[in-house]
Amino acid sequence: MANVTVPIVVTFVVAAAVVGLMVTVSRLLGPRQMTAVKGEAFECGNPASGSAWGRFSVHFYLVALLFLVLDVEVVLLYPWAVELRSSGIAGLVEALFFIAVLGVGLIYAWRIGALDWD
Amino acid sequence: MSSELVIGAVKAIVVLLLVLNLTALLLWFERKGSALMQDRVGANRAAILGVGRRLGLPNLGLVNTLVADSLKLFTKEDFVPAGADRFLHALAPFLALFPVLVTFAVVPLGDVIRLGGRTVELQAAPLNAAVLYLLATLGLGVYGVALGGWASNNRWALLGGIRASAQMLSYEIAMGLGILSMVMTYGTLDLQAMCRAQGGVWLGWLPRWGIFIQPLAFVLLLVAGIAESKRVPFDLPEGESELVAGYFTEYSGGKQAVFMFTDFAEVVLVAVLLTLFFFGGWQVPYLYSDGFHLPGGFLLALPQAAVALLGVVAFFVKTLVFCCFQLLVRWVMPRMRYDQLMRLGWKGLLPLGLINVVATACVVVLAGGVG
Repeated sequence: MANVTVPIVVTFVVAAAVVGLMVTVSRLLGPRQMTAVKGEAFECGNPASGSAWGRFSVHFYLVALLFLVLDVEVVLLYPWAVELRSSGIAGLVEALFFIAVLGVGLIYAWRIGALDWD
Repeated sequence: MSSELVIGAVKAIVVLLLVLNLTALLLWFERKGSALMQDRVGANRAAILGVGRRLGLPNLGLVNTLVADSLKLFTKEDFVPAGADRFLHALAPFLALFPVLVTFAVVPLGDVIRLGGRTVELQAAPLNAAVLYLLATLGLGVYGVALGGWASNNRWALLGGIRASAQMLSYEIAMGLGILSMVMTYGTLDLQAMCRAQGGVWLGWLPRWGIFIQPLAFVLLLVAGIAESKRVPFDLPEGESELVAGYFTEYSGGKQAVFMFTDFAEVVLVAVLLTLFFFGGWQVPYLYSDGFHLPGGFLLALPQAAVALLGVVAFFVKTLVFCCFQLLVRWVMPRMRYDQLMRLGWKGLLPLGLINVVATACVVVLAGGVG
């Protein structure tokens, strides 16, 4: 067990240190001259048009929902994939049924236009 | 026992250093390669005390891209817009690069070596569920870009961040399905075991590499991998002609460097995944644990250390080939439109991935296994 956890913990610590240093180094080394104009959001030279924290297209929300359903499907298939040979025909039929149910869902999403962008 | 721990820690640090250096080298290749493709000279000025010129060496721009560029970025002002969320603004680049770097802990770089009566796996963490670890860290990558776009409080950055997260989520499913087919083929989640299964030959001459039995999964993983690393032709989140710079519009200095570094670390990661799943990882064709067995019946005996070394060299050669391939794709493909991108992901790769998974499962169960 230790021969797996030790390298992973060391990797996490060293990677966090390297990335943390890269993120903070210009705060330590760089100049600091903040002005009001500099602090504005960059909109190609036009005066900033207010906060960006507002509404955006609901279509992205739909993508997130579809992702959730299908990605959980993929994750649920992993245990079966590892035990594919020992689960045999019965396991195959059950998994195909599971995939078919989600396939119907995908066809539904396709038909109502959830996958279209215009 | 304690020497095992030391070996583990040393392996972890060596792997990280290799990845960081390879990524930096790709930054150089991107700049100098761009110049080559566009018939320019490219970076060729900076030198340290003129050492290279005194020795009569051509200036390849290594000092420019690796020393001067990073020094410049790290000494720039760490600028945060007035309206931004300061904490998330700093957290985002960290969350982008960190998961990519830690993924490499489970990548097998070679077979085993024998050190003073001890057998050492050339893999930082010999994890038996390496594929699950891989999927987990790959999935975390989306937080960095989504948060970066959100925290900046800039319309361009927000658009880039949302585009990037929708794109990465869409292609992650295709990627997961591609990897799922490979898990079925080898019946294991252990990357080292997958590489071992790709040793040997079919028909007396064809290496038992994954590409020959899962070509469709290779295409899925290649396309989805390039989309995950947000490179041309899938660089809409950055789309400099429409979105300024996308999710890192409001970043400068070291944080900007981290986002740039992430892109190239992801290129290395995709190259490593393609090598591991489809091109035998560290396997050299016709090389077995006691030497080369060539198809004509020739035998060239080699010591075990030489075999292990050849394996590591083969792994890096294959990885470099795929890194260069991904960088060269930039010069032959135009950027896609967003609706084309989503159509390819949802209506192209996803159904293809499902079909591939079902076909693989049927072949493995009904025909009693592949290969």
